[in-house]
Amino acid sequence: MSTLPATRSFANVTVGDELTPFDLPITRTLIVSTAIATRDYQVVHHDPSIAAERGSKDIIMNILTSNAFVGRFVTDWAGPNSFIRSVKVRLGAPNYPGDTMVITGSVTAKDDANKVVTVAVKGSNSMGDHMNATVEVVLP
Amino acid sequence: MSNTTSDIIVDATPEAKAAFFSELQTYVGLEIGAPTPAPDEINAPMIRHLVEAVGDKNPVYTNAELAKQSVHGGIVAPPTMLQAWVMNGIDGPARTGDGPYEKMNQLLFSRGFTSVVGTNSEQTYVRYLRPGDQLTMRTVIDSISDEKTTGLGTGHFVSTRQDYYDAKNELVGSMLFRIFRFQPKAKAPAAKPKVLRPRPATTHDNQWYFDGLNDGVLYSQACAECGEVRFPTGPMCPTCHSLKWEKVEMPLSGTIHSFVIAHYPQVPSFEYPLPVLLVDIDPSISHAGKPGNNKVRMIMNSADTDLDALVVGSRVRIEIRTTDPDMKLPFAILDSTSNTGAAS
Repeated sequence: MSTLPATRSFANVTVGDELTPFDLPITRTLIVSTAIATRDYQVVHHDPSIAAERGSKDIIMNILTSNAFVGRFVTDWAGPNSFIRSVKVRLGAPNYPGDTMVITGSVTAKDDANKVVTVAVKGSNSMGDHMNATVEVVLP
Repeated sequence: MSNTTSDIIVDATPEAKAAFFSELQTYVGLEIGAPTPAPDEINAPMIRHLVEAVGDKNPVYTNAELAKQSVHGGIVAPPTMLQAWVMNGIDGPARTGDGPYEKMNQLLFSRGFTSVVGTNSEQTYVRYLRPGDQLTMRTVIDSISDEKTTGLGTGHFVSTRQDYYDAKNELVGSMLFRIFRFQPKAKAPAAKPKVLRPRPATTHDNQWYFDGLNDGVLYSQACAECGEVRFPTGPMCPTCHSLKWEKVEMPLSGTIHSFVIAHYPQVPSFEYPLPVLLVDIDPSISHAGKPGNNKVRMIMNSADTDLDALVVGSRVRIEIRTTDPDMKLPFAILDSTSNTGAAS
């Protein structure tokens, strides 16, 4: 990669624009590697037998990783010259190994004065909504 | 930690709940302990480990040359990584057990709110973090809700606010983190494993009858010489003693000859009260007029039946249903359209 990928311009974004949906297979490797990379050593994120003892059917993705995927999803769409101002996530059904989280999003508001775009992001798995997020991102 | 019954607040009086809520509110606004410094300064290897695991290809996180060309002017950490820098790591928090947050948790735990689930994470960023930044986190108990009941159970939402400061003590980001501390709903008793019905005792003389049911056909038997229709099946005609016989396909309809409703003893494979019917099967068409054709009588259970509506003489239709993975049996269903015997 020798040149910076393009960044979406604020002027070219319209309320109602859909972000490209993204299917994320939830694997054990993903859950464990992201938990450790976020320094989250809680056993429910890596040890299936202890997770089961504590009433969870299997290990689950940690919250920091859900946040990271919200960020990735928005900057994949916005481009490298964007600046995320806030990520607000409401959590729901857990992400278990073997499931798939489908991430979708759309532009819900534009603040012309500050060039801030508000994006609603949803991550759904086989049990329902894993997360509903609101992201504010500044575009050039 | 164990609970005594008198500790549990979930079932307490409104006055006791109000007192408990007031006690909880004394924790709101308290800083939970000394500021927590991040163990490592913001650094490229930890950034790379996370963006690799997440598959985030944004070059401003890992490519120094391209990051320099961007509005960020150099490598930055993913903003959502904010919380990770101050995580405790494998040894967990170095807690003394007497901080406000621990005391609040102990209070909630002692009153039956023993489970916890994260519900909201709201991060705001003042600026992106760069390698070399040294973070310190301060945490304040932001709010505690009154008692709420959700699909998980009954409990209190507890929000903490984490503020992250750089080495110049300037705020770089904040996080409002909300958890639900709750008493889980009582779990429904585990479903009993399905017990299969007793297998029929099959022999050379009746296997074909059960095979017929598995093919969806209700058979009786007829003498191949004198034509007499008979049931249950057997090797010899009771009238002419011939050993030759043939299958007779019976209509899937009949009339209740008699019935009992079994309550006890209960066999695990059946549901009780259990209607057991003796049904006069309508004569077969192929053996119209033959002796015995109007005397085929079969025993079977009834399905989808209002037990109070069972009356001798009622018309039934017969359905062959799968009861177990490997077994089909006839069931009598009260024929509501032509039922003359049933009470209103």
